[in-house]
Amino acid sequence: MPQVNITIDGKKIKAEAFKTVYEVATANGIYIPALCHHPALPPEGACRVCLVEIERQRALQPACTFPVTEGLVIHTNSPKVREARKFALELIISDHPLDCMTCEATGDCRLQDLAYEYGVKGNEYTGGVQHTYPIDDPNPFIQVDRNKCILCRRCVRACNYINGVEAIGIVYRGFKARIAFGMDSTMQDSPCEFCGSCVEVCPTAALWPKMSLGKGRAWQLKKIETICSYCGVGCRLNLHVRDNEIVKVTGADGPANHGFTCVKGRFGYDYVNHPERLTRPLVRRYLLEGGSKAATDHRGGGDGKNGDGLLATGNAAADFVETDWDTALNLVAHKFAEIKRNYGGDAFAALCSARCTNEENFLMAKLTRQLMATHNIDHCARL
Amino acid sequence: MSLLKSTDDLLSLRERAIYALGVRVPGASQPQFRNDVVVCGSTGCRSANSQQVLKALQAQIIQRELDKAVRVISTGCRGLCAVGPVMQIFPSGVFYNRVQITDVPEIVEQTLVGGKIIERLCFRDVAQNKRLAHYLDIPFYNRQLPIVLRNCGLIDPQNIEEYIATDGYLGLTKALELSPEEVIEIIKNSGLRGRGGAGFSTGIKWELCRRVAKQPKYVICNADEGDPGAFMDRSILEADPHSVIEGMVIAAYAIGAPLGYIYVRAEYPLAVIHLRRAIAQARAYGLLGENILGSGFSFDLHLKEGAGAFVCGEEMALIASVEGRRGEPRPKPPFPAVSGLWNRPTVVNNVKTYALTPRIILRGPEWFSSIGTSKSPGTAVFALTGKIRNTGLIEVPMGITLREIIYDIGGGIPKKRQFKAVQTGGPLGGCLPASALDTPVDFDSLTEAGATMGSGGMIVVDERTCMVEFAKYFLTFATAESCGKCVPCRIGGQRLLEVLTRITSGAGTPRDLDEIERISRNMREASLCALGQLTPGPVMSALRFFREEYEAHVYDKFCLAGVCKGLYELHVDADRCAGCGLCKKACSQDAISGNRKEPHVIDQLKCIQCGACVEACNLDAIVAQPRGKGVHAIAVA
Repeated sequence: MPQVNITIDGKKIKAEAFKTVYEVATANGIYIPALCHHPALPPEGACRVCLVEIERQRALQPACTFPVTEGLVIHTNSPKVREARKFALELIISDHPLDCMTCEATGDCRLQDLAYEYGVKGNEYTGGVQHTYPIDDPNPFIQVDRNKCILCRRCVRACNYINGVEAIGIVYRGFKARIAFGMDSTMQDSPCEFCGSCVEVCPTAALWPKMSLGKGRAWQLKKIETICSYCGVGCRLNLHVRDNEIVKVTGADGPANHGFTCVKGRFGYDYVNHPERLTRPLVRRYLLEGGSKAATDHRGGGDGKNGDGLLATGNAAADFVETDWDTALNLVAHKFAEIKRNYGGDAFAALCSARCTNEENFLMAKLTRQLMATHNIDHCARL
Repeated sequence: MSLLKSTDDLLSLRERAIYALGVRVPGASQPQFRNDVVVCGSTGCRSANSQQVLKALQAQIIQRELDKAVRVISTGCRGLCAVGPVMQIFPSGVFYNRVQITDVPEIVEQTLVGGKIIERLCFRDVAQNKRLAHYLDIPFYNRQLPIVLRNCGLIDPQNIEEYIATDGYLGLTKALELSPEEVIEIIKNSGLRGRGGAGFSTGIKWELCRRVAKQPKYVICNADEGDPGAFMDRSILEADPHSVIEGMVIAAYAIGAPLGYIYVRAEYPLAVIHLRRAIAQARAYGLLGENILGSGFSFDLHLKEGAGAFVCGEEMALIASVEGRRGEPRPKPPFPAVSGLWNRPTVVNNVKTYALTPRIILRGPEWFSSIGTSKSPGTAVFALTGKIRNTGLIEVPMGITLREIIYDIGGGIPKKRQFKAVQTGGPLGGCLPASALDTPVDFDSLTEAGATMGSGGMIVVDERTCMVEFAKYFLTFATAESCGKCVPCRIGGQRLLEVLTRITSGAGTPRDLDEIERISRNMREASLCALGQLTPGPVMSALRFFREEYEAHVYDKFCLAGVCKGLYELHVDADRCAGCGLCKKACSQDAISGNRKEPHVIDQLKCIQCGACVEACNLDAIVAQPRGKGVHAIAVA
């Protein structure tokens, strides 16, 4: 793309032609506020908060969509621009519940930040009609509060362009317009996969994770970056932790996921602090004690099975007991060697998991083929 | 039916078609039929029973064994919708209006057999106070300059050969002999500006689109006419669909597009039927499809019916709708000429723009630019409605004044009432007061005066119209039709409507007047598309020209026009009242009393301001007055 010369707020800038005014300004350290625009999503031009004044243009233009061409002269902070931005914010606030004191998003709300920045103190249009939608979507993951929706359509775009599911759309026109799921059913009955990308990009609390309700707000939570343990994609995640408990998971900007993730990474975290979660290796007592399985099995009714619970109490020699990693791994290695010695490598087979990384799967193949000397290895992702 | 493989094929068909058109061609020699009777078959006259009249006429003609000499044809709109059903007899030019089925035997007997004119069926000109027999005598017609409407009410819109007889597709043959660049040059030189309302140069638009390297390209006809009180595009599509198709083929040839779409409202069923038939006929005659007239150029046309959203008249929303998405605009640039339908270069023009194109190609750019004004050449088509005598469809040269349109062509305001304002540009336009009546009608003058040209709706209102309520009506329409995408239009329109509702209900405050200006100014600057930017137009222009009415509502809680409920009382003007008692009869509340031939009185405690007496009074003797006076009067009495 050719380079063009433009002027933003008196500053002469060389920029790549057809990049948007917003991109160029931001890259050059010039602040333009935005609400409906999200860097990961195609621009929409709906909220009119990023309006700028461009000389020789009839009306104010949205920075997020306007492409730069040679000779543009742009003013990002003129009185006219500030008036129009404040006007747009006041209008949004005039149809928005002012319950910031109890709102989940407080402290992490784009609308709140902009209202602060532009001094919008309350509803300028008292007595005007406001929407009162029920908050009743029955799905287990995402609370839908249309009263807080500002129709920025970030969720619509995230669902269409990031996840490709197209579960969210807009229904009705004008002031009656609102977001809808599927054929205007519930999120639960729509094609939604609950990846939560919509929640990720929602600038207010219109879409909020149900598991996080009442669990603390942005400044009370500690953000810890990690890699998702669910699969080999390796999404980078932010765990939001309060008092050593994960209360929310959001996508972090990693090379594999660019800030988004799936239903498992986002909502499948309640195992972490689960009381039944295994945190140390377990081996059967008879293996530790060097006895044999048959000699000690007196609970399974003679069928060789050890009954109902893995951690069954009682004094059975077949029960699992906690041990340390060295002991457990030595035992496994020992048993593998014994199988190969007694029955040959082909008596061994390995099934790998898509939850492991490529590297782990590679090592498993190496172990199977080189040490166990068999090709009996397969992978769950074959299904 | 014959497939036309070359221009020569078309020309020889044209010879036959001209003969077949018979007496409707001036100076026709040895026509097959002695008389052609054209009956308006457009939506307006249809709703006044024109098709039944037509059938009765045909039956009567067969019964009288005149069917070898007289032919009856159902045409498109003849223009004078106010007095439908209308019919015209060729070659004499006798014009009958308000024709009923019961009139048919007399028409056949007296006029078609006897050659006499039936006085009572002739158009009554109020200004001259006489009946005019020939359509060219009627000021409504003889002040017009039909170019787009030249075939309306003349030919059978469902017969392509009648269109070919009236120079149809000749412009196309000429265009196909030129290079696309030469075609664009002609359109540019003609000065043609888009008739959809924005008035952008059609030639430059085509040139921009031609220069973009991407393929394929598309042409789209915007026939999503949605303004209340507008029916120009509908009438043209009903009456002369081939003129639009021919214009689109020329545009497609100029930009190099293989495919086009006509986006027409589904609420125009007759236009849809006529268009479908016209497209099928054009295909059958080889005027659409592969290798048109042996030129090597191929082009086909699809019809897309709109689902009833006003905003789909906005070109980006229209394109989204054709693509099967929700009809919503997106910010421009890029403009459709660069990235339109399916992100391909697309030319979107209005029905009238396409209909003008073949004539410009055929008669040359100098001919076109010699009509109208230098910056707005050509003609303008208007749908004249509201409180005006001759409601109908007109075409006038640009530069004509509003006064000429309203008084000379439109016949002025009925019931001897005073003209108050004229709204041009539909719900997104603006109104102009009596002081602006001498404004020339063209793109720039109307904008400068405070209204807009728009697509061609022209609504006249009289003194009985409240300008606040009038503006509120358009605002209600525009906010209901907002797509809801951008904040200023979605919520701003709603808030503006709330302010106006406050004022018309008597709860307005002085701050509200400033509020109107503030919201309007910001909506205009900050909205995404023309719908949002122009939504405050009617309110702003009404506030500019009729501020005293707004102030009367706010300060005096008084609606001068007697429209806003609760903001007036009805009183009998004793000077005008003749004591006829009609108002007394009309009153459901027994609120009116008075002796015959003496001025009547309205009891304010009983009156519910339903307005029935106002409608009943022939002398306009019942007038609105500020509240309170009447109560006082009763107390004194």
